[in-house]
Amino acid sequence: MPEVDAAYYLILAAMLFSIGAFGLLVRRNPLVMFMCVELMLNAVNLTFVAFSRDLNDVGGQVNVFFVLVVAAAEVVVGLAIIVAVMRHRPGATADDLSVLRG
Amino acid sequence: MVELVWLIPAFPLLGFLVLLVAGRKLGEPGAGIFATLMMGGSFLSAVAVFAGLVDRNESDRFYELTLFEWIPSGDFSVDVGFLADPLAITMTLFITGIATLIHLYSIGYMHGDANFSKFFLYLNLFAFSMLMLVLGNNLLLTFLGWEGVGTCSYLLISFWFTDEANASAGKKAFVTNRVGDFGFMIAMFLAFFTFGSINYGEMLSGAPGMAAGTATAITLLLFLGAAGKSAQFPLYLWLPDAMAGPTPVSALIHAATMVTSGIYLLTRVNPIIAQANGWAPDIIMWVGLFTALFAASIAVAQKDIKKVLAFSTVSQLGFMFVAVGSGVYVAAIFHMITHAFFKALLFLGAGSVIHGMHDEQDMRRYGALHKVMPVTAFTFIIGWLAIAGVPPFSGFWSKDEILLGAYNENKVAWVLLLVAAVMTAFYMSRLVFMTFFGPARWDAEIDGEVPEHEIHPHESPKTMLLPLVVLAGLAAAGGAMNLPFTHSLKRLEIWLEPSLFGNEQHINVAAGTKWGLAIIAVVGALSGVAGAAWIYLKHKAPASLVEKPIMEAGWGYDTAVSNFMGGSGRKAFDATTRFDETIIDGVVNGAGSVVKESGTLLAKLQTGYVRSSAVGIAGGAVALVVYFLARTSF
Repeated sequence: MPEVDAAYYLILAAMLFSIGAFGLLVRRNPLVMFMCVELMLNAVNLTFVAFSRDLNDVGGQVNVFFVLVVAAAEVVVGLAIIVAVMRHRPGATADDLSVLRG
Repeated sequence: MVELVWLIPAFPLLGFLVLLVAGRKLGEPGAGIFATLMMGGSFLSAVAVFAGLVDRNESDRFYELTLFEWIPSGDFSVDVGFLADPLAITMTLFITGIATLIHLYSIGYMHGDANFSKFFLYLNLFAFSMLMLVLGNNLLLTFLGWEGVGTCSYLLISFWFTDEANASAGKKAFVTNRVGDFGFMIAMFLAFFTFGSINYGEMLSGAPGMAAGTATAITLLLFLGAAGKSAQFPLYLWLPDAMAGPTPVSALIHAATMVTSGIYLLTRVNPIIAQANGWAPDIIMWVGLFTALFAASIAVAQKDIKKVLAFSTVSQLGFMFVAVGSGVYVAAIFHMITHAFFKALLFLGAGSVIHGMHDEQDMRRYGALHKVMPVTAFTFIIGWLAIAGVPPFSGFWSKDEILLGAYNENKVAWVLLLVAAVMTAFYMSRLVFMTFFGPARWDAEIDGEVPEHEIHPHESPKTMLLPLVVLAGLAAAGGAMNLPFTHSLKRLEIWLEPSLFGNEQHINVAAGTKWGLAIIAVVGALSGVAGAAWIYLKHKAPASLVEKPIMEAGWGYDTAVSNFMGGSGRKAFDATTRFDETIIDGVVNGAGSVVKESGTLLAKLQTGYVRSSAVGIAGGAVALVVYFLARTSF
C-alpha cells in the first residue's frame, strides 16, 4: 500500500481550519459558530497526527488527547450557555449577546 | 547577672500594660503603688546588672543581648537588643532610682486627681521609653525611645489639658523637638551609609577609619537632635513652657532624665566626635556656653518658682554640653548625675511648696516658709548649696570638673562659664531667700490682685517627704563618686573608661593651678550667694537692679519666634503647602487620572460583539505568522 505524503494531510487540515475560521467570522448563529470552532480544533488535531506520523514522534498524538479533553470541556460549558441564552431569547444571534457588555 | 538586662525595661512595660488594662480598677492609691513597685523592680534589676558588670574584667564590660531580629531587610538589619556597658548602666541606675522616688512622691502629689491612674500609666511608659533609649544597642532603638519619651513628655505636659495653656505647651514641646529629630534621622541615615550598620558596637569600632567630613556631619546632626531634646539654644523654647505639667513630671522628665538624653547620645558616639574636624566639638562647646549664660540671665528675673528652675535646667544642660565639647565626657556624665540628684530634689521641693501653698507659684507670695515646712526647707537648702557649687556638696565637684575642662580647652570659655556659675549661685539664692526666708507675704497684693482664699501653708505628707530626704542625701554626698584628689578616688572616671575608648581629653593643668581654679570657683559661688543676700535678705539694694524686664521676657527671643511663626514664617509655610497641593499632589493625582482616562478610551474597544473579538484574534494570529515568516526568510 503506497504511503500518502504528509503534505496532503496538512493541506486538508489547512482547508478545514480556513473553513472553520471563515464560518466563525461570517455566521451569526451561535450553534453554527460553535461547530466552526470544533472544526478548527480538529483541523489542528489532524496537523498534529500528520506530523506525529511523519516525524515518528508520539508527542503529537499526546497533544491531540489534550486538545480533545479541553474541547469536550469547552463543549459542555459552551452548550450550556447557549441553551441558557436560547431559553431567555429564542432565536438570539451572537451579536445580540453584546448586551452582556459591561 | 548581666543577662538580666532585659528585665530593666520589662518592669515598667509590664506596669504600663497592666495600668492600661486595669488602671481604673486599681484606682487610688493602688495604681500609684503598683507603678512604684514596678519602678523599684526595675531599679533592683539595674543594681543586679551593675553588680554583674563590676564582676567582669574591664575589657569585658561591653555586653550585648540580642532579643530578636526587628527589621531584616537585605543588607539593612536591625535587632532589638540591649547594650550593657558602664555608660548605659550608669544612666540606667540613676534613671530608675530617681524615677522610683518620683513615683513614690507622685502618690502624695497627685492625691485626689481625677486621672490618678492615667498619670502613673504615662510615668511607667516614660520610664520604659527612657530605658530603651539608654539601653538600646543601635541608633534606631535609641530613636524609638527618643520618640517615646517625646510622646510621654507631650502627654504629661498637657496632662491637665482642659486648660488651653497646658495643651499648647505640650504641642510646643512636640513641635520644637521635631526639629531636632530631623537632625537625628539624617544622622542615622548617614551612619548607615558610612558603616553599613547602625549597631553601636559596629559603628564605634568602625569609627577610627572614617572620613573627617562624614564624622563632622554626623556629629553636628546628632548635636542638632541633642539640642532639641536637651533644650539648647535655639531649641530650648519648649522647656520653660513644659512647666505647665504636674511638678513630679517637671522633676523626672524635664530636669533629671529625659533632657539628659542629648548628653548621653553624644557621649555614646564619642569615637565619631573624635574623628570630626576640630571645629565641630567647638561648636558644641560654644552653643552650650552661650545657652548656660543666656538661660542663667533669664532665670535671675523670673517670678514663678518653677520657671526659675526650668531656666536653671537649661543653663545646667549648657554646662554639660560645654563638657562634651571640651572632650571631658566624664565631667559631663558626672554633672548629669549630680544635677539629676539636686535638680530632682529642687523640683520636688518646689512641688512640695506649691502643694503647701495651694497651687500658688509666684515667689512674691512666698516667704518665711522654713517655719511651716521645716523638712522641705532643709532638703531644699541642701539642693541649693549643691547647685550653687558650695563644697562639699555634689554640685561643686562636678561643676569644678567642667570648669577645669573648659580652662584646659579655652581660657575665655572658662571665664564666661565662671560668670554663668556665679549667676547660678545668685538666682538660686534669690529663690531660696524669697521662698523660705524674709517676711511672710502669703496674702500679698500683686499687680492689683489678692488670693481668693486666705492661704495657710502646711508641710506635705510623708510619701512626698521621704523622696526629698533620700535625694537630699544623694545631693549632699553624690560628689564622693568622683573626687579629684588621687586617681583611685576618680571612681566614675575609671568605671566609664571602657565606654570612652580613650577619647577623654587629657587635662594639662598643674596641680597648683587646679587648686587655684577651685578656690576661684568657690569664691565666685559664695559671692553670688552674698549678692543675693544683700538684695533679697538685707534689702540694701532694690531688686530692680538685677531683675530687668527684658530678662524676665527671656530677651524677647520666645516672642520673636512666635511672631515669626505667626507672620512671615507663616507665609513661607503657606507657600510650601501650596507647593505640596499643586506640584506634589498634582503629580500623584495626575498619575491616577492618566490611568483612568486611558482606561476609558481602551474600554471603547470592547464592543461585546463576539465576531469582532474573533476578527481581532484572527488578525493577531495572521500578524504573528507574518512576523515569524519574515524573520526566518529575510
